[in-house]
Amino acid sequence: MKKLILDSLGKSKHRGSNFRDLLYNNEVRAFFFQVITFVLVVGLFYTAIGNLFENIEERGINTGFSFLNNRAGFDILPFLGNIVVDYTPESSNLTVFYVGLVNTLVVAFIGIILSTLIGLLIGIARLSNNYLISKLAGGYIELFRNIPILLQILFWYNLFINIFPHPKQSLAFFDIAFLNQRGLYLPKPIPEDGFLFVTLAFIIGIIAAYFIKKFFKKKHELTGAHTSTWTYTLGLVIGFPVIVYFLIGSPLQFDYAVLGKFNLKGGMAVVPEFLALTFALSVYTATYIAEAIRSGIEAVDKGQKEAAAAIGLSPIQSLKLIVLPQALRVAIPPTINQYLNLTKNSSLATVIGYPELMSTFGGTVLNQVGQAVEILAMAMLVYLVISLFISLLLNYVNKKMEIQGR
Amino acid sequence: MSVFDQQSTRKPPISQIGAVLWLKTNLFSSWINSLLTLASLYLLYIMIPPLLDWMIFNASFSFGTVNLFGFDIKFSEAMATNQNCGREGACWPYIYEKLYMYTYGFYPRTETWRPNIVFGLTALLFVIVPLVKHYKHKNRVTLSLIILYPLVSYVLIAGGFGLLMPVSTDQWGGLLLTLIIASVGIIVSFPIGVLLALGRQSNLKVIKLFSTLFIEFIRAVPLITILFMASFVLPLFLESGNYFDKLLRALIGIALFQAAYFAEVVRGGLQAIPRGQYEAADAIGLSYFQKNILIILPQALKISIPNIVGSSISLFKDTTLVLIIGLFDMLAMVNLTSNDPYWLGRETEGFVFVTIVMWAILYTMSRYSRKLELRFNTENTN
Repeated sequence: MKKLILDSLGKSKHRGSNFRDLLYNNEVRAFFFQVITFVLVVGLFYTAIGNLFENIEERGINTGFSFLNNRAGFDILPFLGNIVVDYTPESSNLTVFYVGLVNTLVVAFIGIILSTLIGLLIGIARLSNNYLISKLAGGYIELFRNIPILLQILFWYNLFINIFPHPKQSLAFFDIAFLNQRGLYLPKPIPEDGFLFVTLAFIIGIIAAYFIKKFFKKKHELTGAHTSTWTYTLGLVIGFPVIVYFLIGSPLQFDYAVLGKFNLKGGMAVVPEFLALTFALSVYTATYIAEAIRSGIEAVDKGQKEAAAAIGLSPIQSLKLIVLPQALRVAIPPTINQYLNLTKNSSLATVIGYPELMSTFGGTVLNQVGQAVEILAMAMLVYLVISLFISLLLNYVNKKMEIQGR
Repeated sequence: MSVFDQQSTRKPPISQIGAVLWLKTNLFSSWINSLLTLASLYLLYIMIPPLLDWMIFNASFSFGTVNLFGFDIKFSEAMATNQNCGREGACWPYIYEKLYMYTYGFYPRTETWRPNIVFGLTALLFVIVPLVKHYKHKNRVTLSLIILYPLVSYVLIAGGFGLLMPVSTDQWGGLLLTLIIASVGIIVSFPIGVLLALGRQSNLKVIKLFSTLFIEFIRAVPLITILFMASFVLPLFLESGNYFDKLLRALIGIALFQAAYFAEVVRGGLQAIPRGQYEAADAIGLSYFQKNILIILPQALKISIPNIVGSSISLFKDTTLVLIIGLFDMLAMVNLTSNDPYWLGRETEGFVFVTIVMWAILYTMSRYSRKLELRFNTENTN
């Protein structure tokens, strides 16, 4: 009997010697399939790249990255990127890449902040026990979530340049900010010599606040005595830099926009392309963030709130110490994913001409130089790096918020 | 003699019944809630009336005489022009005149019946599939429909067979093109996505590596870079002299892009299948393909159906991006038709019209996905 089982398990003396056995051996099969896949994929790449070089030669397209040093020769819509990188049409194509990158990061950064704020507001409103507020929030989500983001960007851009007044009839806000078809004009801060110290004071304030918070937390853990630290934080982060600012003698001037004959002069113009893009991206992404936050809060067991009330925590304490930490564990991962989506969607700005990466570098430079492979590879690399960064962030957050089992 | 007269019960106070109670608990439960209610009422007040004014009360509906299903309906003496339409309200005659462009693009007007039949077939498909649900050979019917439907649709729309006059792809446009891109994208990318998901879950290291690299790479970059790749670089990868249709290039880009997203959705389903199922399939001696086709995929796909619909919704939204590489989908028609010298400056009407159509389609899809989610959510019943 034992011999029979052993035989049927294939432990006979024929093992591996017979071709048929080899054919049905799992490891051999696995190896065979992997070799085939490898050969197929590498072969595909090899042919594709071979064709690529042939085609490039035939069409007389240059190869390599030397085009990056060539003169760009075109104007870019003036925005932060131009100021940070100091761009002129005489600059190189590589400078255009940096301008685009800065503009992409700017729109992503502002968009992430705005969409989080709107999303938080709508997500909480969705759960409000006020019927009207809850329904309005629900309507907002259903409306903006189901309209393609490209359509929203085009729509808001079209609306902004149509309903905003002509520069002559700019909407003024106390002569400080102006709004017209050419954008939003804000006072431009001009830092003077001593301003570095104010920045330094701000950074020192943040570090000090962090350590104070840590100290009192330790004290709380050791003795149980709770000390509220927000006054210290406020004083250090805001008060300290303000005092330094006045001690040095207000080293910051503002250049206000002034209404000229035809247009506003001076100041800092936020172009309507940026306004429309940021607005559309934030409004669209906020619907997803709102849903994430709502599902996070709903995921917290009702018993948790009841238990918090039972041990005598106030509603604010219950929210801060019991509900939110658990809700955020559910809500933050999808929210971070939405940040990545927002950054990727910012590439759609190419349709309204906001000078981000895909419209300057991946658009105008691509059309001028024609080296699609190199240019698109560089653009894709940027998004890959951003995405990698966000994935790392997500892993870090997930690890940090993991429920610590015992 | 009665000791006790029954008095009629007192009515509950007005604040405890009906509309007043509802108002009190739902809108005015505390002073902060009352404030919020008033604020949102004010918000509605400043938003809704101007919108209605623009869309209906100040808008022009002078379509002239419209032939609807064989009946002549007279809206006005003559159709409005851009001049007498007015600027304070919407000019719907513009949409009416350009409706053909929004629906079919540059498709020849004499051949409209062909896409119309395809639209009809699509509607019929949604009727037939639920009808044959309990039919004995339903798998065979569904499978043949899956193969026949795209074939018949392609023959009808592209033409070039027999008596059908060929219509080249650059004449396809509007909603027709949007629907074509979305449905081809879904149908083509789904099998690729399933294979990629299986590849990523596979024990074979090389296959797993390639699948993972492909999925993660595609998911990290925006669709527009993939579309640019497909439109500028893909022709360079092929042997020179190969003519490559612009629409086909876009479709390849979209299908590859969507496949990576489907793969992740299906992988979620695969991961939800208990190990025991794999082991049981192995134990009864099923081969890899038998195991996956008969045991694993039917369960995994069933779990992932709501997410598959969700991912398809994203794809439908993403089809609008093809306007960037010069295809004339429904959204591209807005700019194209408002450049008509007779209808200058009517972009807003176009955007609103496209928004309404797109929203209606996407909202229906998302409701459907939520319904599926509820139906397949068997978590609480066992």
